[in-house]
Amino acid sequence: MTQRSDTGPSPVLALKDVSKSFGAVRALRDVSLELFPGEVHALAGENGAGKSTLIKTLAGVHRPDAGQVLLDGEPTVFHGPADARDAGIAVIYQEPTLFPDLSIAENIFMGRQPRRALGRIDHKATNAATLALMQRLGVELDPDRPARGLSIADQQIVEIAKALSFDARVLIMDEPTAALTGSEVARLFGVVRTLREQGAAVLFISHRLEEIFQICQRVTTLRDGAWISSELLDGMTEDDLVRRMVGRDLDELYPKQEVQAGEVALSVRRLTREGVFTDVSFEVRRGEIVGLAGLVGAGRTEVARAVFGVDRWDAGEVEVDGKALTNGAPSTAMAAGLALVPEDRRAQGLVMDMSIERNIGLTGLRTTVKAGLMNRGAERSRSLDWAVKLQVKYARIADAVSTLSGGNQQKVVLAKWLATGPKVLIVDEPTRGIDVGTKAEVHRLLSQLAADGVAVLMISSDLPEVLGMADRVLVMHEGRLTAEIPRSEATEESVMAAATGRAAA
Amino acid sequence: MADSSLARAVRWDTVVGALLIVVLLLSFGFVDGFGNALNLSFLIGNTLPIALIALPMTLLVVSGEIDLSVASTAGLSGAVMGALWNQGMTIETIIPLCLLLGAVCGLINGLLVTRLGLPSLAVTIGTLAAYRGIAQIVLGSDAVTDFPTQYLDFAAGRIGDTFIPYAFLPFLVLLAIAVVVLHATPFGRSLFAIGASEEAARFAGIRVKRQKLILFTMTGLMASLTGVFWALHYASARYDNATGLELAVIAAVLLGGIDFDGGKGTLGGAIAGVFLLGALQNVMSLQDVSAQSQIVVTGVLLVLSVLGPRVARQISVARAARSAG
Ligand SMILES: Nc1ncnc2c1ncn2[C@@H]1O[C@H](COP(=O)(O)OP(=O)(O)OP(=O)(O)O)[C@@H](O)[C@H]1O
Ligand SMILES: [Mg+2]
Repeated sequence: MTQRSDTGPSPVLALKDVSKSFGAVRALRDVSLELFPGEVHALAGENGAGKSTLIKTLAGVHRPDAGQVLLDGEPTVFHGPADARDAGIAVIYQEPTLFPDLSIAENIFMGRQPRRALGRIDHKATNAATLALMQRLGVELDPDRPARGLSIADQQIVEIAKALSFDARVLIMDEPTAALTGSEVARLFGVVRTLREQGAAVLFISHRLEEIFQICQRVTTLRDGAWISSELLDGMTEDDLVRRMVGRDLDELYPKQEVQAGEVALSVRRLTREGVFTDVSFEVRRGEIVGLAGLVGAGRTEVARAVFGVDRWDAGEVEVDGKALTNGAPSTAMAAGLALVPEDRRAQGLVMDMSIERNIGLTGLRTTVKAGLMNRGAERSRSLDWAVKLQVKYARIADAVSTLSGGNQQKVVLAKWLATGPKVLIVDEPTRGIDVGTKAEVHRLLSQLAADGVAVLMISSDLPEVLGMADRVLVMHEGRLTAEIPRSEATEESVMAAATGRAAA
Repeated sequence: MADSSLARAVRWDTVVGALLIVVLLLSFGFVDGFGNALNLSFLIGNTLPIALIALPMTLLVVSGEIDLSVASTAGLSGAVMGALWNQGMTIETIIPLCLLLGAVCGLINGLLVTRLGLPSLAVTIGTLAAYRGIAQIVLGSDAVTDFPTQYLDFAAGRIGDTFIPYAFLPFLVLLAIAVVVLHATPFGRSLFAIGASEEAARFAGIRVKRQKLILFTMTGLMASLTGVFWALHYASARYDNATGLELAVIAAVLLGGIDFDGGKGTLGGAIAGVFLLGALQNVMSLQDVSAQSQIVVTGVLLVLSVLGPRVARQISVARAARSAG
């Protein structure tokens, strides 16, 4: 641990010996942390280590059971997020919290819209301010568009824009980049650097370690709710950081097995959904992991949704094992052996109020049945099996999934679909929000599935993940497949070139 | 530690069950004329229409939908039954026809909700008026009372000198079926998922629209069964039979802890709510409380029933936190 508070500037915001429990779960124990102006501070730790809880304590969402929050060195009690915001603290939470029926601009300037005479909201000024924020982040989003239906990445961008719009002294970001691709991340980091130079203090969480090394100067590590270390990143290696987080050395992050590809399992031909994607054709063979890369908004998720049947397609066809799928029918897709791990775990992947057991059980309503009735014993052991295989960290299998940390919720979604024993597995951001240790575990699992003859289509914004795991990389740009790159030729440059439309295949 | 706090967590359906027992015991002790077999058979017989419709309504509310047209469907079935009887048709042909009609009424609600994506509250307010209007067209202001006596006796009579109406037995069978369907089949499980998060249910391959269509159709069918029972039980088929029954059903179901937002509740709780409401109404009638005041009581119960489970949940959360913390 390094001390510098006696020499350098004093911390704007700090936690001192803070503890916080949820029922029997001790999410934070005696944790201290200091945020200095002009510094980007990383918070690292495995899923469920207590990072989000720490952030919510700083932001006034949670009140610490013990310990203090210090603002400019003074003990402070935030009675709610509004108090923290008034103190100049802007927070981006791990899960987007937008109002679906309000426009992007209204979401960003909620309650603070520029006014005209008589207190009327100035829509023009609001939209112009929104556009300016979007430009800073280098994305094109229509300010008038309602938040409903935005992809997770776009929702994340709106949350970032909202936080930036406060001109805060302290910016706290809980996995803001989890759904973003390289170019959006680069933009975000550009903005963060500017803020830092202007003297803001930034707290940053990410499970992509390379990002921590890119943008942060200092790192605090948590393990099981306990403080492990706070130190400068200079001179540290990724392995050092992992050891702090996990307490041991890590296996290989991309344990890709070489598998001889078998017959075609998934075949998509000339698939088109008006205005969303056009003329998309590809095949995935048994034993293959095919990566689907592209920028946010390129249409990757939309293709996956149509193939699985939650959206209808306008033209084209989809076959699993040579059998054509019905348009717009997820149940027949499932029956044919298709599984989709969707990108938005809270809205699509999970029923948040239901237990872990029943969430995993939802995909077994056809199989864990005896004489037409639910076979509860079979359902429980199926759920337990998979929860254990994916190392979900929970107190009781009957607890609501909403009590799990973000990464553990993601594991439940994976468990739910792997439990179906799919022939074709489509995973959309399978490791979003998952810590390095478990990420390696998920990769090992995907690799093993492929070795067992499953055809895997992997959508991921994490380019190293795509490059590390995929046999082939398909690249989409503005709703079209623009390139197919074999593993041997796939590099960051070649994929990014195709994703940004600079190269045509 | 955590386990015992779970066991002690206040469950609203248990609360309602306990409340029902308390009300029954108090009434036995303090209300003149309550405890005799005849009055109890009246209590049950008068509550049966609410109970019958409460079965499918519970499933519907669990899945996040509602049907306000049930009383009108019941009235329409009664009216059609009367009109066909006047035409000289046999009751054995009439009843299946009425049930079919009810199923069609429900199917129409279901199609409007699932195909056009309209909210069920709006759709069924519309069909509430429409079905009742058709009932009036069919039967005018006539009252048909001369149904065959063995049917009337079955619908109004009780087993010997006991407090059990004949009609209570088939109800128990239907109740058992509904409990199994909601709490022990994949279909029932999918309803909870749909009610809690329709999108997540769809992504899990659950056929949301189909399930809802089945539910609305079943609700219409049960509503018409209730309409047939009503006409026979009270020996009177009129177009305005069962008017306002939907409010009693919904009040009872919510009172029983079925969450109006969907995804939560048990059939046991709902049926306890139904009979709690029925017992209170019976007691009020015995005490000569006016019909208007009875409606006020129902209204107050409706508000309490929406508040109650929320308060109970908060208490149990607070308790769990305290006992474990
Ligand atoms: N509202 C809650 N109720 C009960 N338990 C909770 C609640 N919020 C968090 N927890 C528990 O507290 C612990 C820490 O959770 P937290 O969300 O802070 O983890 P995290 O470090 O942010 O993990 P991740 O990387 O997965 O986001 C976990 O065990 C989690 O299950
Ligand atoms: Mg978190």
